[in-house]
Amino acid sequence: MSDAALAPAGPLAADIRPSGNQPPRIRPQAGAEDWVMRGAIALLGVYFIITLVLPLYTLLIKSVEDKDKNFIGVANFARYFADPALTQSLINTFTVSIIGTVITIFLAFLYAYALTRTCMAMRGILRAVALVPLLAPSLLPGLALIYLFGNQGIFKGLLMGHEIYGPIGIIIGEVFFAFPHALIILVTALSVADQRLYEAADSLRASPTRVFMTVTLPGCRYGLISAAMVVFTLIFTDFGVPKVIGGSYNVLATDVYRQVIGQFNFQMGAVVGLLLLFPAVISFTVDRLVQRKQVALLSARAVPYRPSPRPKTDRFFLIVACLIAGFLLLILGMAFLGSIITFWPYKLVPTLKWYDFTRLGTDGWGPYFNSLRMAAMVALIGTAIVFTGAYLTEKSRGAKGLRSALHLIAMVPLAVPGIVLGLAYIFFFNAPGNPLGLIYNTMTILVVNTICHFYTVCHLTAVTALKQVDAEFEAVSASLKVPLFRTFWRVTVPVCLPAILDISVYLFVNAMTTVSAVIFLYASDTKLMSINAINTDDAGNTASACAMGMVIVVTSAVLKGLHSLLVRRLHKRTQAWRQR
Amino acid sequence: MAVDAGGAYLRIDHVSKSFGAFQALKDISLEINSGEFVCFLGPSGCGKTTLLRAIAGLDIQTTGRIFQGGRDISALPPAKRDFGIVFQSYALFPNLSVAENVAYGLVSTNRPKAEIDARVAELVALVGLGGQEPKYPSQLSGGQQQRVALARALAMSPGLLLLDEPLSALDARVRQHLRGELKDLQRKLKVTTIMVTHDQEEALAIADRIVVMNQGVIEQVGTPLEVYRHPKTAFVADFVGQMNFLPVERVAADRVRFGAIEFTTSGADPAARPGVQSMLCVRPEDIQIRNVAAGQGNTLKVKIDHMEFLGSFCRAELIVDGGRHLKADFSINAMRDLALQPGQDLTIALPVDRLRLFQAESHV
Repeated sequence: MSDAALAPAGPLAADIRPSGNQPPRIRPQAGAEDWVMRGAIALLGVYFIITLVLPLYTLLIKSVEDKDKNFIGVANFARYFADPALTQSLINTFTVSIIGTVITIFLAFLYAYALTRTCMAMRGILRAVALVPLLAPSLLPGLALIYLFGNQGIFKGLLMGHEIYGPIGIIIGEVFFAFPHALIILVTALSVADQRLYEAADSLRASPTRVFMTVTLPGCRYGLISAAMVVFTLIFTDFGVPKVIGGSYNVLATDVYRQVIGQFNFQMGAVVGLLLLFPAVISFTVDRLVQRKQVALLSARAVPYRPSPRPKTDRFFLIVACLIAGFLLLILGMAFLGSIITFWPYKLVPTLKWYDFTRLGTDGWGPYFNSLRMAAMVALIGTAIVFTGAYLTEKSRGAKGLRSALHLIAMVPLAVPGIVLGLAYIFFFNAPGNPLGLIYNTMTILVVNTICHFYTVCHLTAVTALKQVDAEFEAVSASLKVPLFRTFWRVTVPVCLPAILDISVYLFVNAMTTVSAVIFLYASDTKLMSINAINTDDAGNTASACAMGMVIVVTSAVLKGLHSLLVRRLHKRTQAWRQR
Repeated sequence: MAVDAGGAYLRIDHVSKSFGAFQALKDISLEINSGEFVCFLGPSGCGKTTLLRAIAGLDIQTTGRIFQGGRDISALPPAKRDFGIVFQSYALFPNLSVAENVAYGLVSTNRPKAEIDARVAELVALVGLGGQEPKYPSQLSGGQQQRVALARALAMSPGLLLLDEPLSALDARVRQHLRGELKDLQRKLKVTTIMVTHDQEEALAIADRIVVMNQGVIEQVGTPLEVYRHPKTAFVADFVGQMNFLPVERVAADRVRFGAIEFTTSGADPAARPGVQSMLCVRPEDIQIRNVAAGQGNTLKVKIDHMEFLGSFCRAELIVDGGRHLKADFSINAMRDLALQPGQDLTIALPVDRLRLFQAESHV
């Protein structure tokens, strides 16, 4: 204890009081550990600035500059809206997004209702099937639709003369792609219901329709809004489906790609990028606001809802759910068939030749190993950054303002479409004079970009897990003079291991399937499998593109399988201390 | 180190704590002696936990100083202070066994393993959990978990033991049993202990001294008997134990008027000036029904409204003329001897030395 710290003690405080002055504020001393924590928080702040804030800022600047970097205000936007071809894409994007959202939400609601509120058979299998689209890159449904409804498609007649290439194809593909995302939210919303509300309604002799309108629907209205917002944003900003099956029907995401990659018109690309960003930001904000309300709906004393068998209803919903699951499996199955049939639909002999990427001159298996390498790095590094970052924002002492600012920034990536993030990365990292430009055209930029792209969901998972950990662990270890990092490693990480595994698998699967952000950033030696599939399809080899998509699906599925095995073993091993 | 020569082990000196505009602690000063068992008692939100966390350095006070063993610890982070702590949730590490939890702090001290093992065995035996070392917290009962937390907090032989509502998560029977053990253990180890609780019965049973807190200030500091017998404020009178309040008007230094009846009182709140509406306080067990003489002072005619049988005694609800209710505790003996029945008329006496007088506004 130094004398300096003692100096303003007792006597001073006693002297000051009678004169009416404010007593001196105590300034908490920071220990060495506090400084390490603060350093780490500052580092996280710098990381966010480099990987998210500055790229987005550069994008914004680019949209109000001309080719020679002079500020021209909204002139680019004016030019955009003066071009009927470009504004048509805006209308197109809204059209497919709105119709796609309505259909997806309708189907996902029926499916979620069947899963949570009925006693229909096969609920486990049906739930698993519904999540299958998450394993596939979004271009895969597009490819499958070509086989089903394209010029040689088996079901072409069902379109009654309409083309699959265009809005119809985009909407069907997007419904497949967005369905599991909506389902997850709606299942959660429909699971939190109070049994007693239904018992009360029954005892008051309300008709089933009335119960549905007055209890069920209001109970999950926030979930419905939230799901609609998420689905709308997904469809609005998706690149894979319209790229493959959009034909001449342009949407904003494909416009960005064409402006930047096709015409090197970076300024117009930035303008379209911002147009993509705005609806995403708005729906993201609405979603965050309503999700907060959803949580409050169920009080701690509520009795969880348990469906009771209703044979007629159960059968009806089983049929509906099977039809929807059938549609999902049809799309995936068609993509698989497309990849193993010699020549659809004329020579239906199974073959593996479309998987022989080396012979087909499509960069061989190199892109696959690039994808694996990137996904593994994203999973490893990303999980470490996300979890440590969440720990710092959740559990450290002091620097409260900075910590809540970081928490807020961690929410932003969810609102930024991949294609916009990719574009922002080009503008920022490829700018002449940026010392960070050396990672341009490397694997590093793909990894950094992908971690940033999927940051938010992982961050929220980590925060949720950390919130369930006793808030006093840090206080206890401080009182026992145990360094914080030891408690982090010895207690916090083991306790949160299930969440950590969830995060890493989520990152891996998304890194395998992503197209939108990385399509701007890959170099010839870092080409990824998902991008290769798009290029291969562009070159007219749809069967091989399907094969590549299937390789991604299988890889993701294998990893998911490994994950659930690992979780099961972990659960067995830690059962002793996890049971409550 | 000469700053604090008062001999108190822990000295809290004009401590205040604000959260934004809300003042959780208002100019708290308090001294705690070495080896003392002190309870911070008060309703939720009274600032007792805030004060405990300030002493631990977990939420450092806004102004004011805290000295421990003569050392100014006001601004130190928790890791540089000398205390062991048990939280209401126990905060046991779920993935570590009982032995590993208790050894958690010892391992970081780089002591030889044999020494650590011996210490752990000693501590586990001390809290009566011998043989439970390999179990995980989730395999233990609430009471056992509480003991593990206590053993862990004592492992580093801290100068100060802080207990934040350590018994409130347990059911009543276990709680009563454990508080006795806690007190025995503390007496054996002579460790200065502060326990936060909202349970006045627990505080009365366990503490050497009780610090009654309300709305960020200390209402009274004293032994359990002092606090119970001579509450300094109406709040303390109401919060600790059962209390009857009668609105009275003060007519002289030791005389009050309740309706048409006058009472003689002893201890009075100085704020309760003559002519001002005051509150006359009497505990249910102090109300006298046997041997009440006809001409005796401080008597009151009442009617028994109803009676509640509470095992060893009976709590009667009495109605005074004018409709006021009084609670009175009667022994089973008295009930039998006087054949007390609901609806019966009675004359009761309020003993002078058991009456307290407080200013009416100060009654919370």
